[in-house]
Amino acid sequence: MKKQKMSSSSTTSGNPFDLLSDEIVFLVLDHLSPNPLDSKSFSLVCKSFYSLESLHRRSLRPLRTQHLPSVLSRYPNLSLLDLSLCPRVPDSSLHLLSSSPSLSLSLRSIDLSRSRFFSASGLTSLALRCINLVEVDVSNATELRDAGAAALAQAKNLERLRMSRCKMVTDMGVGCLAVGCRKLRELVLKWCLGVGDLGVGLVAVKCKELRTLDVSYLPISNKCLPSIMKLPYLEDLILEGCYGIDDDGLAALKDGCHSLKSLDISSCQSISQVGVPSITSGSTSLRHLNLSYCIPVTFALAGSLKRLSVLQTLKLDGCMVTISGLKALGDCCASLTELSLSKCAGVTDEGLSALVTKHRQLKKLDITCCRKITDVSIAHISRSCTELTSLRMESCTLVPKEAFVLIGQRCPHLEELDLTDNEIDDEGLEYISRCSRIRVLKLGICLNITDKGLSCIGGACPKLIELDLYRSAGVTGVGILSIARGCPSLEIINVSYCNDITDASLMSLSKCSSLNTLECRGCPLITSLGISAIAVSCRKLTKLDIKKCGNIDDTGMIPLAHYSQNLRQINLSYTSVTDVGLLSLASVSCLQSMTILHLKGLTACGLAAALLTCGGLTKVKLQSSFRSMLPHLLFDHLEARGCTFHWRNKVFQAELDPKCWKIQLEEQMQ
Amino acid sequence: MKDLKTDLEDNSHAEAWAISSAQNRFPKHAPPDPDPSSSSYTGDFALPRNLQKWEDPSSILNYDTLRTQQTYTEEFGGSSGTRSAHPQNPSVRDHGGLQMNDIIEINKILEWDPRTMLNNLSFLEQKIHQLQDMVHLIVGRRGGPATMGRPDELVAQQQQLVTADLTSIIVQLISTAGTLLPSVKNSLSAVGPSLPDQQLRQLGEILSSSSLGMDAALPPQPSDGGGPKVPDQPNQVDPCGHSSNEHVEDHESKEEEDLDDGENLPPGSYEILQLEKEEILAPHTHFCTICGKGFKRDANLRMHMRGHGDEYKTPEALAKPHKDMSSEAVIIKRYSCPYLGCKRNKDHKKFQPLKTILCVKNHYKRTHCDKRYTCSRCNTKKFSVMADLKTHEKHCGKDKWLCSCGTTFSRKDKLFGHIALFQGHTPAVPLDDTKGQVGAGPSWIGETNEDAQKPGRASFSLGSDGEMQNIMASVKGSADDPASYFSPLTFDSDNFGGFPEFGRPPFEDSEGAFSFLIQGSRNYPPKRGGESSSNNLS
Repeated sequence: MKKQKMSSSSTTSGNPFDLLSDEIVFLVLDHLSPNPLDSKSFSLVCKSFYSLESLHRRSLRPLRTQHLPSVLSRYPNLSLLDLSLCPRVPDSSLHLLSSSPSLSLSLRSIDLSRSRFFSASGLTSLALRCINLVEVDVSNATELRDAGAAALAQAKNLERLRMSRCKMVTDMGVGCLAVGCRKLRELVLKWCLGVGDLGVGLVAVKCKELRTLDVSYLPISNKCLPSIMKLPYLEDLILEGCYGIDDDGLAALKDGCHSLKSLDISSCQSISQVGVPSITSGSTSLRHLNLSYCIPVTFALAGSLKRLSVLQTLKLDGCMVTISGLKALGDCCASLTELSLSKCAGVTDEGLSALVTKHRQLKKLDITCCRKITDVSIAHISRSCTELTSLRMESCTLVPKEAFVLIGQRCPHLEELDLTDNEIDDEGLEYISRCSRIRVLKLGICLNITDKGLSCIGGACPKLIELDLYRSAGVTGVGILSIARGCPSLEIINVSYCNDITDASLMSLSKCSSLNTLECRGCPLITSLGISAIAVSCRKLTKLDIKKCGNIDDTGMIPLAHYSQNLRQINLSYTSVTDVGLLSLASVSCLQSMTILHLKGLTACGLAAALLTCGGLTKVKLQSSFRSMLPHLLFDHLEARGCTFHWRNKVFQAELDPKCWKIQLEEQMQ
Repeated sequence: MKDLKTDLEDNSHAEAWAISSAQNRFPKHAPPDPDPSSSSYTGDFALPRNLQKWEDPSSILNYDTLRTQQTYTEEFGGSSGTRSAHPQNPSVRDHGGLQMNDIIEINKILEWDPRTMLNNLSFLEQKIHQLQDMVHLIVGRRGGPATMGRPDELVAQQQQLVTADLTSIIVQLISTAGTLLPSVKNSLSAVGPSLPDQQLRQLGEILSSSSLGMDAALPPQPSDGGGPKVPDQPNQVDPCGHSSNEHVEDHESKEEEDLDDGENLPPGSYEILQLEKEEILAPHTHFCTICGKGFKRDANLRMHMRGHGDEYKTPEALAKPHKDMSSEAVIIKRYSCPYLGCKRNKDHKKFQPLKTILCVKNHYKRTHCDKRYTCSRCNTKKFSVMADLKTHEKHCGKDKWLCSCGTTFSRKDKLFGHIALFQGHTPAVPLDDTKGQVGAGPSWIGETNEDAQKPGRASFSLGSDGEMQNIMASVKGSADDPASYFSPLTFDSDNFGGFPEFGRPPFEDSEGAFSFLIQGSRNYPPKRGGESSSNNLS
């Protein structure tokens, strides 16, 4: 091939790229960003690039299974096939996949987690023919039965299998997997409600290579724990919500699994403080421990945690916490870098301060909804934990605005900061902007911030990727403009209910070409013009929420349909879009989810046409009035294509005044 | 029956002891009853023994001469059991057991009478002297016993005569020893009763090794309840027709009678009864609480009871059976399986007695008999006890827990235990997965049976079918057709049904699986047995 190219270049000398050898092109491709659009552009350069890119491509996320034959012949070396965009993957598609001679050898990973309509037969051919298959995700295959699991069990080289929510699979299916897939390293059985002790026990007996085992929410009891604990390489065990496991069961951990690095027993309500010492005595090399919604954090608990000398992550979300417990926690687990006390009742300034002053190397701290803490805690946190990269403190309502100055001053390494529903004001934001590495900033329901503070952020935080301004009604176009200018890599922005936002803001935001999510609910000033601007410039837009933007009409939808070919999810409720707009939107082939409630201009015929046109729909929220207006056969057909309908019967709601929204909400709560 | 009785009586009074015994014994060696297990046989046999009053010694001998091999031993079993019942129950004098001592005294003997014994012994002495004389005569004529081998008809006749007389002496001796038993009470190890037994045994050995036709009939079973147990008796003939040299596996299968395993009665604290094979297999429903003998009809049992003593002869006892019996039967009775080598046999080192006659019956049928009853639904499961079949039929088709090897389980945890134990075995899941096609009619049985076998065989990736059969047979622990192993359940006959993976070598990584399987199969049968029997019982 190379020779041929050389000769052709000497004769025609037209294409300078022909001088490059295949290897160099492959190297270039290796460095290309994972963005599929980039490789698409690359392949469109010339024929040789096209064929080289086809040869080079390892992973693919096709949109439709209908095109699989041509796709498979184009990309012979695929090792990762992500079918999560294909709602309908019938057995015939899987047969096709596995009958492709090149793919059957190269395929190592397949994702069917969002797909339906495949059965045991398809999985059988997949497992039998794709002999190098290592990773399979069949999560959410709620109709998959034991036969399907038995089919998968024939993939002998399988190492990673995720099958959460396969509710019809029972012990028998899992038993087949245990016997067949001896090399399993990762198995996720979360929500497989048919699987009990026997299945899990057999997995533990047979699959000795297991590293990760997720048996969350399974109806298992203590019986299967001893055999799990005998797994020689088990590192990650997730027992979330296993009500059948109690303190006696945890005694099995005593003799312990020495390889265990991560244990999650959150929401195991039968476990009490009595069981924790068995955990800590058995698995001293534990690095991550999740005790959320499980046991009260007391002095005794902290005492038993002392043995975990290398613990890095401790999650105590939703636990009852005592001051002595927090203080004692400060004395143990010196290696702790991540602590979560989200929604813990009983976290006070005294306890938290004592805790953080001992843990100076904390990198992530979650004190969401610790409503009792004040600036005292924040002062201690900011003084001690200067290494913090993530601080989540949503709804710490007693923290005064001055406290945020301290955060900005003392925690320069912050990358993620969640200040939703806090008292922070512009001055605070000004100091926060010193955290120049900040990537995620959540300022929802911060009613004290204005454009001034936001301008500071825009001016100093170029790495910002996500900004949440939900109901921060003080923000107007000026603030957005500075963000749009200063944060070119912005991907996600939420300006919902900032009702001063205008088309101009959207036009400025359209400069952020990476933008993929735009939520601007309840911004009545936005018109089709602004949406058009976004559509034209932000080609990566995948999620758009323009609910209650009453001034957006069909003229906004047409450019959207034309340019935003990656749009997956859209909410059009309460807009002025009619049949025409919806029909044009239906031509967006990626579109999977639509919420179309209270569209006054929408007729049954228009809706039917749009639904039929839009082939990839998986989820549609509709007003239940349409249910009777359209023939059942239509819905049957769409459901057979993989679309689910959610019927809503909500009456039209008048919008609250955004400025007093919070006050009204609090009044309602009381 | 009546004929037999009258015949007996005629004979009994007519002839002198020595000669009559010698003459009458010859018909004894005729082939035994062609159908020994038939009820009529036992019934006929039982009645004369119990109804007839033996008035003189010769009658006993005549009675004996009518015994075939089996009845002979049975007589011992029965009478010995009766004898040992005495200590606790002295008032219940049972004449059936004492029949041979009636020479001396027929009246009630409330305790051991030395005079009776003396009479008995002197009588025996007399007989022994007679015999001695006879042998002397023979020896004197021929000049030594070495010449006995000569093919002379006279020699043979003489020999038979001698052995016959010896036999009767033995019988006398035993009954004489038996009269001692009440006096020694429960001290079974006492020298008194053990001595005659010992001698008897030796005598029996001599006889059996030298005699021509008598060998099978003669060796007594001295260990029956009354006397001390004799562990190794050479050439002992099993009542069931199994020779004692035959090696019998320990059947450790869990059975109904295992219920009594926990009780741990000290040996000797209970009386051991051992029924005959025929007795066990006879369709009896009424059993003698004293000797364990079974009857088809209660009336026959009541007639039999008369033989156990006068108190059973009252009109009340005959009319209202067993009314007062229960209060008196205080002694603990346990039963022994007649199958030599069986753990339930009293000669077994770790003898575990059976609690009731029903247990004996069920145990014997389950463990030592062919499985005659086949389930009409699945045509695979076979049983030897009707009740087991009926229990199975209740659950047949519900054995939905199926392993790839074809074994079915009624409980899921049993299946998973099985799978955890064996490499390469995997739960069998029907591919179409229509939830539990249980209860389908016989239509699916025939067509699916073959399909079911194939995957099962292939699943072991064996060398040959022959090996497979061996394994299956060993797994089964009986000579059942291995095909019966494969449940017809849940296999489809189309290509995708059943186990598509069996087309290729399944689970290659378990190459050692086969050898493991063979080893494992040793341990397997008991487990399976337990499983199946628990199925039956549940």
